[in-house]
Amino acid sequence: MTGTVQRVGQAIALIGVAALLGLLIWKVAFGNEDGAADDLARGEVVTAPAFDLDRLDRDGTLSMAELRGKAVVVNFWASWCIPCRDEAPVLQQTYERYRDQGLVVLGVDVNDFRRDARSFMRKFGLTYPVVYDGKGSTVGKWGVRGFPETFFVDRSGKLVGERISGAVDIERNRDTFERGVALALGSKQ
Amino acid sequence: MLASAATAAAAPNPADLEAELVCPTCDTTLDQSNAPVAQRMKQIIRQHLAAGWTEAEIKADLVDQFGSGVLAEPPKSGFDLLAWLLPLGLLVAGAFGVGIVAWGWSRRRDAPDGDEEPPDRLDPELERRVDAELERYDA
Repeated sequence: MTGTVQRVGQAIALIGVAALLGLLIWKVAFGNEDGAADDLARGEVVTAPAFDLDRLDRDGTLSMAELRGKAVVVNFWASWCIPCRDEAPVLQQTYERYRDQGLVVLGVDVNDFRRDARSFMRKFGLTYPVVYDGKGSTVGKWGVRGFPETFFVDRSGKLVGERISGAVDIERNRDTFERGVALALGSKQ
Repeated sequence: MLASAATAAAAPNPADLEAELVCPTCDTTLDQSNAPVAQRMKQIIRQHLAAGWTEAEIKADLVDQFGSGVLAEPPKSGFDLLAWLLPLGLLVAGAFGVGIVAWGWSRRRDAPDGDEEPPDRLDPELERRVDAELERYDA
């Protein structure tokens, strides 16, 4: 009887150790998954992470899959983010300028109040599609580290160019922005 | 008069609410955060309180905007209930395991070891050596 109890105790201890080891392996293998931005920075070919989110500019939802065949400028923003206000007119102008060539500016409003986001869109006269991600479910997959951030997606759904951290700015990163737009559209740059 | 006093006493306190809600960009409670979104959330909470919203209504609104991760304590329902039950379950399982092992050890210590009889007296040679040592000590 004593031997049986001892073996049960040993088995429980072994199961505990195996479970902890399994958790460690899982964390190392999958827990530190980089976002798309990190893969892009390493020069890897990256498909734009999928999402399907409610729209703020109209009823319904919009997914990345629906935008396949279009060049997309994906801009992560929030109404409480001060630099987002600075770049909003630039993004609207870009949308108006290249829309006929098949470019879509897509705003992803993150960690925000819907009413604040709609108020922001009205204030800056945004007419491009904006989706709502209050929970921030896209942040990890895309590798977004702050707001605003901007990505460029070509017509095949691959990320191109460089991720822009911070506001799109005429002096600081306008060249990077225009190169990203051109790559997304498929123009040689 | 009494009713209004009771209502005032039951009215949620903004500071309590801020300690029970999490800033979505910094993962600390609102009372610990000065992040822009946290400041906006505090402002909205005060607006809702001024409009007579209950604590439950305010939390429901914020969960609708930011998801259940905005609550510092997970809800005690649905899948989130696991967050409460799992630690308790592990504690009970751990106590049970420790109990079994302790019981096994105490049984092993009490029980005579197999067929061997415990010696009721010392080996004669050893007894002789012990006596000799004791005599030498006394001398």
